Amino acid sequence: MREGTRIGFILLVTPLLLWLTLLIVIPHIDMLLISLRERVGVGEYQFSAANYLTFLQEPLYLWTFLRTAVMSVTATLITLLVAFPVAYYIAKMAKGRVKSLLFLLCLVPFWVSELVRTFGWMILLRETGIVSSLLQYLGLVDGPVEMLYNDAAIMTGLVYTSMLFMVVPLITTLGSLDDAVIEAGYDLGGSGPSILREIIIPHAMPGIVSGCIVVFMLSLGNYLTPTMLGGKDSLWFTELIYSQFIVRFNWELGAAFGFVLLFLSSFIVWAMLRLTGQTLEKTMG
Amino acid sequence: MHLRSKKLKLVVSVATFGLLGLTQATSADTLRLLTWGGYAPENVVEMFEKETGHTVEVTKSNNEEMIAKLRATGGGGFDLAQPSQDRIAGPQAEFGIYKPIDLSKIDASQFITSMLEATKGNTTVDGEVYGVPHVWGTSGLVLDTSKAASVKDYTDLCSDDVAGKVSYRLKRPTLIGFAFAMGLDPFAAYGDEAAYTELMEKVEAKLIECKPNVKTYWGGGDELMNLVRSGEVVASMAWDTGGWKLNSDNPDITFVAPASGALGWIDTFVLPAKGKADDAAYAWINFVMQPKVAAMITDAAGNFTASKGADEFVAADLKARYQASFPPEAVDNIKWYPPVPAGLEAIEGGVLDRVKAAN
Repeated sequence: MREGTRIGFILLVTPLLLWLTLLIVIPHIDMLLISLRERVGVGEYQFSAANYLTFLQEPLYLWTFLRTAVMSVTATLITLLVAFPVAYYIAKMAKGRVKSLLFLLCLVPFWVSELVRTFGWMILLRETGIVSSLLQYLGLVDGPVEMLYNDAAIMTGLVYTSMLFMVVPLITTLGSLDDAVIEAGYDLGGSGPSILREIIIPHAMPGIVSGCIVVFMLSLGNYLTPTMLGGKDSLWFTELIYSQFIVRFNWELGAAFGFVLLFLSSFIVWAMLRLTGQTLEKTMG
Repeated sequence: MHLRSKKLKLVVSVATFGLLGLTQATSADTLRLLTWGGYAPENVVEMFEKETGHTVEVTKSNNEEMIAKLRATGGGGFDLAQPSQDRIAGPQAEFGIYKPIDLSKIDASQFITSMLEATKGNTTVDGEVYGVPHVWGTSGLVLDTSKAASVKDYTDLCSDDVAGKVSYRLKRPTLIGFAFAMGLDPFAAYGDEAAYTELMEKVEAKLIECKPNVKTYWGGGDELMNLVRSGEVVASMAWDTGGWKLNSDNPDITFVAPASGALGWIDTFVLPAKGKADDAAYAWINFVMQPKVAAMITDAAGNFTASKGADEFVAADLKARYQASFPPEAVDNIKWYPPVPAGLEAIEGGVLDRVKAAN
């Protein structure tokens, strides 16, 4: 019997271990080695930390990273603000078929690829696009308005792209909240805001935290949305990595940027957890 | 006894068929072709497969991605690739991703001699030739002549007449084009990193100054088409074919060779270092360089090829557009890209990053 469970455990864990080592650990070690070498001549390399120094010394790269991080945090907060009422309505107010239907409506945009969704936003927002034409038709503006190629457009795209990843964990945690607890809150004289603050949000905290982590990471690592909607001013950190690898043939700097992104994003998530007094265990548990 | 002989027969026949299969496999290969959109049109691939028995797998890409892909595998995964001729010597010296071309297996009589010789010269590393020419074209200006008639050169994209209605790529051709339009000669500075850096700093200042004029930097051909077709952009730096395609929809829009000279590129054939179907690759090169086949590629891609005598088979309207954009003196003024020395991309990369970040 014990022998049997052992074999079962090994069989179950092998795919995971293979996945982790072959696709995550080994490539990352290789990336680390690449990031730690410097090109000294044609086809000649030597061990050095020059690539990481480049990141620290060139204000442009540091600035781009900061900008990406701040924009991602903002996008996460906006997504939370938009998604929370939606999730609350679906989990608590809607019943039966309406509930399934609303949930399905949240899912539908994700049946098409991110590229198509982003392109949809471009059609809406561009100078000769639908929103601009509508405003002109209504007489609200005189000439065509350009709504693409700015930070607001990037933000819209990011929030839209990551909505689902916030709504789903929120619905799950809010769904587990017993209605009787909320009723008891009202019976004890609580007002709407105080019940939200004292009962609902503390209960939904694991969902909020896991949703925020996912949305933040997705925004930080997003390439398509900022590049397409941001146009000439997009300036996103992943774009820098892409151009170092593909356009500049500078794998060394690209790999260093990759590691910087990995560490700084992990650090931001850790700092956020500490700031809000949450732990990863509580969120997962 | 009887049964055994039957079995034996079966084994022998299976083995024979198996061997037949093997010999078939060696004479008919799969050609994995890494190329640009339009360079291997469906009808040409079909003709080639019927004539030679080889099968062709086409992967569409661009210069940078081709080199990045080959670099990632050390020159494996593909049997024939088509980077531009200026991007062969540098990456070959740096990463060793190509193998020399056996010129005896190529029918040189099908090529325009001057173009073949120039490409051979530009793609020679340590005495070995690595590339032969295929498709050539230029980049210059695509203009809506009814609204942007004042634009004669790249630097005119920064004038107030077209403010907010301009687009170009944030890539190296833009840097080179602006440098020429500013009266500088970037190709002369290729060999001297310090001089090139200094020159690029001037271009950087110009591009930053010009940035408010730009609507957006375009990334792909289709994006540019949309911008120009919708009228949101009236003047852009682009490939000649893009302009000609738009011209067939709207006669006001066309390709114009800039006063400082259009930039000429030649896309080549190269053999990746670990390619497995060299025979099929040579067969493909000789097949598509036949004048009639080359004309079919010109019709699909919009650009002319290095095939001798293919011009007369090309559709008349394309020829007319070409002649309108390129009067003889503009052809003589084309600036052909010399090979990019390894390491220059890093200098240009810094400039492009700073332009992108500027406000």
